[in-house]
Amino acid sequence: MSEKILEAPDTVQNPVEQATTELKQRFPESLSDETRPGYEGLIVSPDKLREVATTLRDELGFNYLSSVTGVDLIDDNKMEVVYHIYSIEKGGGPIVLKAQVDRDNPVVPSLVPVWPGADFQEREAWDLLGIRFDGHPDLRRILTWDGFHGHPLRKDWKEPFYEEDHKPFGSRWPGGGVRRAEELNPYGKNVQYPPGWVPTGDEYEVETDLYTGLTIKKDETIDLKTEQVTVNIGPQHPSTHGVFRMVVTLDGETIVALKPVMGYLHRNHEKIGERNTFIQNIPYTDRLDYICSMSNNLGYVLAVEKLLGSEVPERAEWLRILNVELTRICNHLWALGFLLNDLGALQTPMLYFYIERELILDFFEALSGSRMMCNYMRFGGVAYDLPDDVRGQPTLQFLDELVNERLPRALEQGNELMTGNEIVQARSIGVGYLSPEDAIAYSTAGPVLRASGIPYDVRRAEPYSYYEHLDFDVAVRYNGDIYDRYLIRLDEMYQSLRIIRQVLPYLKETEGAPIISGKPQYALRVPKGGEAYARVENPKGELGFYVTAKPKGSNPERYHVRAPSFINLTALEKMTVGHKVADLVAILGSIDIVLGEVDR
Amino acid sequence: MSATSSGAGATSPEIVVPDELANNVVITNIAKLLDPVYNWSRRNSVWPMVFGLACCAIEMICTAASRYDLARFGMEVFRATPRQSDLMIVSGTVTKKMVPTIVRLYNQMPEPRYVMAMGACASGGGPFKEGYNVVDGIDKFIPVDVYVPGCPPTPQALINGLIALQEKIDQQSIATVPWYRKGDPTAEMVPVPVLGPDLVDLRQLEIIEREAAKAKAETAETAESAA
Repeated sequence: MSEKILEAPDTVQNPVEQATTELKQRFPESLSDETRPGYEGLIVSPDKLREVATTLRDELGFNYLSSVTGVDLIDDNKMEVVYHIYSIEKGGGPIVLKAQVDRDNPVVPSLVPVWPGADFQEREAWDLLGIRFDGHPDLRRILTWDGFHGHPLRKDWKEPFYEEDHKPFGSRWPGGGVRRAEELNPYGKNVQYPPGWVPTGDEYEVETDLYTGLTIKKDETIDLKTEQVTVNIGPQHPSTHGVFRMVVTLDGETIVALKPVMGYLHRNHEKIGERNTFIQNIPYTDRLDYICSMSNNLGYVLAVEKLLGSEVPERAEWLRILNVELTRICNHLWALGFLLNDLGALQTPMLYFYIERELILDFFEALSGSRMMCNYMRFGGVAYDLPDDVRGQPTLQFLDELVNERLPRALEQGNELMTGNEIVQARSIGVGYLSPEDAIAYSTAGPVLRASGIPYDVRRAEPYSYYEHLDFDVAVRYNGDIYDRYLIRLDEMYQSLRIIRQVLPYLKETEGAPIISGKPQYALRVPKGGEAYARVENPKGELGFYVTAKPKGSNPERYHVRAPSFINLTALEKMTVGHKVADLVAILGSIDIVLGEVDR
Repeated sequence: MSATSSGAGATSPEIVVPDELANNVVITNIAKLLDPVYNWSRRNSVWPMVFGLACCAIEMICTAASRYDLARFGMEVFRATPRQSDLMIVSGTVTKKMVPTIVRLYNQMPEPRYVMAMGACASGGGPFKEGYNVVDGIDKFIPVDVYVPGCPPTPQALINGLIALQEKIDQQSIATVPWYRKGDPTAEMVPVPVLGPDLVDLRQLEIIEREAAKAKAETAETAESAA
């Protein structure tokens, strides 16, 4: 490895430490340091939380609330809410605020008045952990449904097919037995009811709360007897990119109000993740944002590596970057194809973009064994080295041709056909506008944030892997409409190609070098315990993993995913109100959501 | 066309076909010809419903795209409405919140209708089976014709499943298929499950009541023993 790469970047005064000292001076009474070993951040007394947050936002420059995580501290009989707050201008690490409340009556003041982006995340914490947020405008269940029994992520809540708290389950390992859970359940399927519950018929009215917010106004003008209508779009609708549902109130064709309803693909990622051992979670992360499995792997692996303290060999880092950037191209090709589909260019652009995507998938299949669910990253490295050949061509030659010829040509073609297209421009310029202030306040991330003129990219703001050594630009556009969100994805693909071109020589140079540090291990134990938060710049935005573990633990105690698609949706209503219902489809397409990640 | 060989092509001894027409004329009767023609036309125009649930949907779209090209099987016409579709490809994890919608969509499909469980999740819960919000297989609610294994199945696997469905269609006879008969059992509406404290399958109300009574008795017993 060349000397240049190892040079550390200039150390500047840490903005986090600065802000922390400042905060402590201002609120000496209500802030205290985290004392648990391996944990970081500040414990805030809940009654001062909103003031501390406002000070951080307005005076200290920490204006971006990235993640809100609820944690059940059953041993201390407490509930905790963890806030990761970043500075858009200064970059760098987070200020971590923690509010701890009584477990039996957990009430935390809502941060929605400070950051509207906390909306869905707080609803999620209420839904899954039963933490109530005082002052939240619309605290309803979000991933499960109204009337669901209990709060599933609480540590003492058990699912119908519950076996043990942690894997590996005694019924399967080491004996290798099979357990047919259905046959042990009296109903023969994955259900359970509260003891003594009998159906009463009230179950049919589960969505009353949803509709009461959407008041229907009548126009009282004489001779004009118009009325607003409420329309459900989804969950089965070709435009919603999966099983997403929007309840919109329309005045004619104009959108007056919109409420997203999600949870139709809520696959209990976090509950299963807390039962799993660390390594068992890697294939599950594939299925979060199932178009970008490689990048999801990386985020999770980085978080656990922080806990384990593992080192990653150089070749593994280059392989990681190669795959993550290929994934970005893969995703953006997909997203653009679908966006144009949503704009009415039915299928043709999709087909053009997917031909090249298939090439990348072929590479992934040759490399990891699977087209989509790669399960490729490991703690301290990657699972496999480059294959000898892909589609009958030596791998490096294949990659070279892909990156230097096929993909640039495809992007050029797409650019030529679409960017100047009159219909595309007419449908997208000025539609779905999101102002830079709102983009930050609503915690949007990724292309949505950068298309609104905020040059914030985790690869540059808080570099991970070898990104700080690579030469690339953070793509940014300034108009915040659908057209810019389209263009920024094209820009990002060009930047990804630029990165991969820099990585390829290193792959050649490090041929035969180790790809994982130490021996591959399966029963990993965290030496000291503690918490770790790692975030990566996923194609959809900032993907964060919050993992805590007990000392010598082999399972995550709390496992939370900061899903970019989910949080980007908070801004959907802001972008759509006032537009026509046909634009709604295009605006949703321009956010680029994947339901596996929205609902987890 | 292998399907027709069973019915057509057999020559009848009474009718003499001139030699020059032997390659172009097939003597058969309507009863023999009907099934092959009926199935041939159906098997090559199976219209699936646009119905992506999860990861598998991405592979389903890839299958329909240019490289794998479902149009070869006459299946490229994805319809957004159940009223116009013949095949429901359950492509992905079925959650409890989604299952009422799926059953409702199934009920809205006209006969003959086919269901394909694509991938591990739709077939039996897959990796998410232990989750509290996941249905362990769509066949607990609606009848499934073809199961396609894989997580997700590759486009080749999906095409294999579709060919299996074509074979299934080939074996049906217009004389016996249930959907032209009165009281067709396959056309029955599946009761739409309800979301209560957990998913309620309305066909299981009896079991739910029985279990509730049992739980009540148990709590009474423990209270008694505690006293």
